[in-house]
Amino acid sequence: MTTDKNTEHDGVTRRNFLNVATGAVAAVGGVSAVWPLIHQMNPSADVLALSSIEVDLTSIPLGQTIKVLFRGKPIFIRHRTPEEIARAKGDDTAALPDPAADDSRVQKPEWLVMVGTCTHLGCVPLDQRGEFGGWFCPCHGSHYDISGRIRKGPAPRNLDVPVYAFVTDTTIKIG
Amino acid sequence: MSSSSYEPQNKVAKWVEDRLPVLGLLHGTVGAGYQAPRNLNYWWNFGSLAGFMLVVQIVTGIILVMHYTPHVDMAFRSVEHIMRDVNYGHILRYIHANGASMFFIVVYIHILRGMYFGSYKAPREVLWFLGLVIYLLMMATGFMGYVLPWGQMSFWGASVITNLFGAFDFYEGMGDSILQLLWGGYSVDNPTLQRFFSLHYLMPFVIVGVVILHIWALHIPGSNNPLGIDAKGPADKIPFHPYYSAKDAFGLAFFILFFAAFVFFMPNILGHPDNYIEANPMVTPPHIVPEWYYLPFYTILKAIPHKLLGVIAMFASILILFVLPWLDGSKVRSAKFRPMTAFFFWLFLVNGIFLGYLGTKLPSDIVFHVGEMGVDALTLGQIGTVFYFAYFVVIVPLVSRTEKTKPVPTSIAEAVLGSKKKG
Repeated sequence: MTTDKNTEHDGVTRRNFLNVATGAVAAVGGVSAVWPLIHQMNPSADVLALSSIEVDLTSIPLGQTIKVLFRGKPIFIRHRTPEEIARAKGDDTAALPDPAADDSRVQKPEWLVMVGTCTHLGCVPLDQRGEFGGWFCPCHGSHYDISGRIRKGPAPRNLDVPVYAFVTDTTIKIG
Repeated sequence: MSSSSYEPQNKVAKWVEDRLPVLGLLHGTVGAGYQAPRNLNYWWNFGSLAGFMLVVQIVTGIILVMHYTPHVDMAFRSVEHIMRDVNYGHILRYIHANGASMFFIVVYIHILRGMYFGSYKAPREVLWFLGLVIYLLMMATGFMGYVLPWGQMSFWGASVITNLFGAFDFYEGMGDSILQLLWGGYSVDNPTLQRFFSLHYLMPFVIVGVVILHIWALHIPGSNNPLGIDAKGPADKIPFHPYYSAKDAFGLAFFILFFAAFVFFMPNILGHPDNYIEANPMVTPPHIVPEWYYLPFYTILKAIPHKLLGVIAMFASILILFVLPWLDGSKVRSAKFRPMTAFFFWLFLVNGIFLGYLGTKLPSDIVFHVGEMGVDALTLGQIGTVFYFAYFVVIVPLVSRTEKTKPVPTSIAEAVLGSKKKG
């Protein structure tokens, strides 16, 4: 190989530098060009805009659960009885795969608000079934307690609690 | 794919051949120019049957798209429109829906034939890889196709399968980011349906491309055969056309009878009635079952009561086939001369069917009783899963390296003609 003694330093030539610089610019350009092709798959602006709903709680009787649709998934809102609240708090010390105190999962103990899809593979668990008197997912057999905590089965996490806030004493805004 | 032996019969063919040697390519691939072993049995029909099914699916699929609407508000109704209003629409849809099952039947037999007769072994490893790539593409295509009618099973199958990718949750929010990217939203919804439709239309053509590579790779060493020995001289071989083109056509006639029996007399037997209920994100059907061709892998998923490990095991159960050429250390290809290998092969097959059967069960279902104690589907699924993996990582490596094989004939001609003399 012929080398230009004016440009060579420790075996690195001007040409090496140009090759690396050209390659680097091409790589950055290539990634920039591919990114829109991938990012178009993420939620679009109109999907993101559907960010919140308000729910009136007065129509939910004690000991009943309603389902509302939020971002394509059901949200469980359960009006818990004092007995259920006591049971949920009592289980705070039980063996929990995903430990969480009942207090940390509710804003007001009588209102349990959760995303109603199993954290295993996304089925909708059945209300008031299973070995722990909470929810039971029929797809692969996950049992949740009355606080929506995973107790048994393949699901890795407790049922998720969505972002919500009490607008008034009897109305919540989800999202 | 040599075209050297091809002599164009007329001036037009010669004119074309001189400019683009495509006729010679066909001649050398599926014509008289391809010299195949003389002893291929009917298990060798399933490659061409798979090719036939690919064409059927593409043709019927293109037609169905002329009447289908990929939108959550209209997809279910447009499928009913195809079933009730479009001329011959119900038959075309039944051909396409059952065609997917037929495609998997012939491909499963094709793969198992390759396993039994050692077709994956040197020098056909790349041929085997390309076949597995086709199989993986088929699984993805079949899954996305099942989502398009937007019934309850479509929707919940899509939810469960996409949620598998949420198992890759290695840092806070990673699983959710992957899922939102797959769904185009916060759940399976219209963006999901539309991208599945786009990809379901694309993938068959990708499969066509890989099939061409598969056939190319086949023609480098040539077809394997039931004896698993190399075809050497001209005495071992016969031209593909007319011998195997005729044999393939004969087999195809029987296969079409089988296929037609499903299409005309039991078109819904392989489907699930819940898919005639429109998708409803608020209600999960009491029992979600995938299509039959995924069931063994679904059982493996369910057998492991841990989300990430279950998903990994399920993917591993298919990907492990890629290393089969090296797990098998035998110098003899065909299980005909490997009695232990043949025994475990059939055990593997039975276990696979058993895993498929368990896939239709809930984990807590009692399958049978031993005295007073019931044995549930979860336990049996775990036993079957252990055997499935043990077959690949323990049985095949050990048996193939230690087994005393039966004497292998020195040539195909000798084996074929010799046995004829005895008879």
